[in-house]
Formats: sequence, C-alpha cells, structure tokens
Amino acid sequence: MDKFILRNVELWYNDFKALKDVSMDVERNSITAFIGPSGCGKSTLLKSLNRMNDLIEGCKIMGDFLLDGENIYEDIDVNMLRKRVGMVFQKPNPFPMSIYDNIAFGPRTHGIRSKYKLDEIVEKALRDAAIWDEAKDRLKKSALSLSGGQQQRLCIARALSVSPDVLLMDEPTSALDPISTSKIEDLVMELKKQYTVVIVTHNMQQATRISDRTGFFLLGELVEFGDSEQVFSMPRDKRCEDYITGRFG
Amino acid sequence: MKKFLRKKPADLFLSLFTWLCAAATFLVLIFIIGHIVINGAPYIRPSLFAFRYNSDNVSLFPALVTTVMTVMLSLIIAVPVGVFSAIYLVEYAKRGNRLVKLVRVTAETLAGIPSIVYGLFGMLFFVIWMGWGMSVLAGACTLSIMILPLIMRTTEESLKAVPDSYREGSFGLGAGKLRTVFRIVLPSASPGILAGIILAIGRVVGETAALLYTAGSIARIPGSPMASGRTLAIHMYALSSEGLYTGQAYATAVVLLVVVIGINAMSAYMAKKIVR
Ligand SMILES: Nc1ncnc2c1ncn2[C@@H]1O[C@H](COP(=O)(O)OP(=O)(O)O)[C@@H](O)[C@H]1O
Ligand SMILES: [Mg+2]
Repeated sequence: MDKFILRNVELWYNDFKALKDVSMDVERNSITAFIGPSGCGKSTLLKSLNRMNDLIEGCKIMGDFLLDGENIYEDIDVNMLRKRVGMVFQKPNPFPMSIYDNIAFGPRTHGIRSKYKLDEIVEKALRDAAIWDEAKDRLKKSALSLSGGQQQRLCIARALSVSPDVLLMDEPTSALDPISTSKIEDLVMELKKQYTVVIVTHNMQQATRISDRTGFFLLGELVEFGDSEQVFSMPRDKRCEDYITGRFG
Repeated sequence: MKKFLRKKPADLFLSLFTWLCAAATFLVLIFIIGHIVINGAPYIRPSLFAFRYNSDNVSLFPALVTTVMTVMLSLIIAVPVGVFSAIYLVEYAKRGNRLVKLVRVTAETLAGIPSIVYGLFGMLFFVIWMGWGMSVLAGACTLSIMILPLIMRTTEESLKAVPDSYREGSFGLGAGKLRTVFRIVLPSASPGILAGIILAIGRVVGETAALLYTAGSIARIPGSPMASGRTLAIHMYALSSEGLYTGQAYATAVVLLVVVIGINAMSAYMAKKIVR
C-alpha cells in the first residue's frame, strides 16, 4: 500500500480556495517532488500532510488523507502524526539553544529522559543528516553559530531525531548556496532508503535530479502527476510542458 | 574638509543637531550623577548603615531592607499575573477576541494613570477596606497593580518578537502547545521579559506618591509584611522635606543609584545566563 493516499482534497483559507480536488498517492521509500509556479498551493498541500495547517485560523480542509490506511484528520492524534511525519522548512529554523538540545528536544518531547539514550539519538540523527563531523566537537555550542547550510542539515537531523516515517521538505535549499544545496540533495537521496520524502522545489533541475515522482501544480490543481522521467521528458499536459520548458507566462 | 563643506546645509545642520542632542543627554546624565555623588559621598559613613534608625545617625538601613522587601513582594504578585496574562493574550487567545481587546484597553488605561491615584486607591482598598493598615503589603499590592501593565506590555512585545518559525519547528516535532510555549517561546522571550521587569523594579524603587498613603513612612525594619515601612525613595523624601538632613538625603540617593545599577547588572547577567 502507498504511504499516503489523498482523495479529493479541497482546502480553503477563509473564502479563498487554495486546493481544488487533489488526489494523489505517495509511494513509500521514494522521493516525491511538488513543482509549480509560486502561489499554486505546493506548501499548502505539503503542510496539510502533517496538519500544520491546523495552526492557521480560517483554514478549512475536506477530502481523505490516509497515512498507512489511517485517516490523519480523524484516526491519529495530531502530535503523534507530526512525530511520524516530520517537517523541514524553507528557512532553516534551529531553536536558539545548543546543537545538542536542538536534537534532543524532539525525543524529550516524546518522553525519552535517559542521558545515554539521548546521546545515542543525537549522534545517530547528526550522522544521518551528514553533519556529525562538523558538529561533534561543538555540541554544547549554540545552533545559531552554524552556517546556513549546516543549520538546514541540523534541522533535518532534528526532524530525524523522533524517527519519523515521512519527511516533508518545503524548498529546503532555496536559501542555500550551491555547495550546501548539493550536500542536501545527496543527503535526501540517501534518506529515501529509510524514509518517504516529499519535497517542494521551484528548482526544476533539482526535481529531475532527485525525485522519483513529480506533481505539477497550477492554481491549486494537480495538473500532472507521474514518474519524474515521464513528467520532465514527455509531459501529457500542455501547461506542464510550457512550465517545464520555461515558456510559462 | 572639502567633503564636509560640500554637504548640503540642511544635512550639516541635522547631523550637528543630532550630535548636540546626544551630547546634551550625556552631559545631563553626567551632571546629575556627579551632582548627587559630590553632595552625597561625604555623608556616607558607617553610622548611615546602622541597624536602627534614630535622628542622630539618620540610618538608611531600614529603608534599604524595606525597599528590597517591597520590590520582592510587588514582583511576586505582578510578574506571574503579568507574564501569564501576556502568554494568554499572545499564544492562546484567538485573534479578534473580545476579551483580548478589553484586557488591552484596561492595561493601557492603567498605564496612563498617575501614581498618586494608585496611592489613593491603595489606601481606600487595601489599607482601609481590607483592613491591612499602612503596611509594606498594602504598598506592594498597590505598586504591583501599577507595574502590571508595564510587565504585561513588555512580555507581550517580547512574545510577539519570537519568530513563528520556532513555534512551527516545535509543533512540527509533535510538541504540544504547552511545551512549545514554555520550552521554546518563553526562553526566547526571556531577555525582553527581564528588561520589562528591570523597568518595573526601577519604578518601584523610585516610587513615593503611591507608597505614602499605603506603606506609610515608619523608619523601622518592618517585622512582617503587615508592618509599615519606608523605602529609600520615601526616606529621601522625608529627609529632604524635613530640611535638616539634605546631605544624608544625597547619600541615600547615592545608595539608591548603586542599588539600581546593581539590580540592572544582575538582571543583565541573568538574561545572558538564560540565553547562553
Ligand atoms: N495563511 C494563509 N492565509 C491565506 N492565504 C494563504 C495562506 N497561506 C497561503 N495562502 C494562499 O494560498 C495559495 C497557495 O499558497 P502556497 O501553498 O504557499 O503556495 P506555494 O507554496 O505553491 O508557493 C496562495 O495564493 C497564497 O496566497
Ligand atoms: Mg511555498
């Protein structure tokens, strides 16, 4: 069974309809990319996968969201859902505390107190996010002293610290330089072995390089969705083709 | 020099004016502190810190103790109430909530009331109606109402200044509201909250009008919060209005300055400790 199954999803911000009848399946252990012009609803759909939209007043959601067959808006406690479906944001947002405490915050939230256990989790998360070598000698230092690229990998580590199944990433490299970007891309490809990744990007090359499947959004609609190879080489929809070839206007 | 002359006259005037204002502010501060220290320092002698006050030694020690007591008591009352109301307003109340508007208007109104009015209210309510008499407690309660809006305001502002991305990060890890507010938001806001508390301490330490009718002016170390006592500011007021102990009044002012500077330094240190 697919990791996520979405059926007839509609979403309103007050009177504004931001998602129109979106249905898609997200395969497990794969990378799914969302592309499309800005304002088309990519972040909105991504955030509804771990109910971050609940925080927005006036946001109304309809349709079915199934995670491993369970309805995430009805069958799962929202905090448990967010533990299972982690999120990395567009701008790196480490907490203003030490590197160690940043990573330990999640596990502590879910009841892990043992120092030994926490040390282990912190090291594993930092290793998995490919930042252990840079961080291991300064775990007690403020996370804000890291560079932007390092902060973003720290945020990935923080998301991994609660051992989620799914990792949602909203343009995780848009604020980063090319070298940090390629590090994170490599990392994401590594992560799909263990996790299901859904990534929003406005960088077409990035989507081509890393994603297995791609969805193209336009004005709240999922216009095209399929294997990345197919979407980028032989898009079925004219609008998608125009967008990919840069003739969108 | 050429470059300097080539500046537009208006620019030149403006920068000169700004510079003069800055210099004037600084000079006034230096003048006040210098004036107080020159007049007060010669009167600072051990007898001024005698355990008991009498008209011979004019000891300020009881007033110092009373000041500390008053500050502590009013903070114990005002800080939790102020901080928790601000947390409610910023983190929990829905936008456009009626209660939020009401609380905000009340707080703003309270902030604009002259302190003598608080004094009269405190006397009527705490001293007479509650039957506490002139007491440190009545004084501290009055002052805590006075500083409440200040603490609420500064706490509100510092909570609002915490970027939403911190909250999102925390919620995104499956942390609940309570944990997010107390583990992420509040620590990030604490320097601002502390700054507000320092301002509040400054107001308590400098207050006279609101205390005259509520805490009284007995120059003894208050045995309990229910006893009357005079803070350093009241002590100064009493000394200078009697006209006999102007030098000692200045000496008290020096001690007051040191106390205030000490409190500020301590709070700054604490803030740094908390943020790390
Ligand atoms: N909190 C919000 N309140 C109202 N409208 C919103 C909100 N967030 C996003 N929108 C609107 O929803 C649409 C989709 O936004 P978003 O999902 O952020 O687009 P994308 O990530 O594809 O650039 C945009 O038109 C945007 O203006
Ligand atoms: Mg977006």
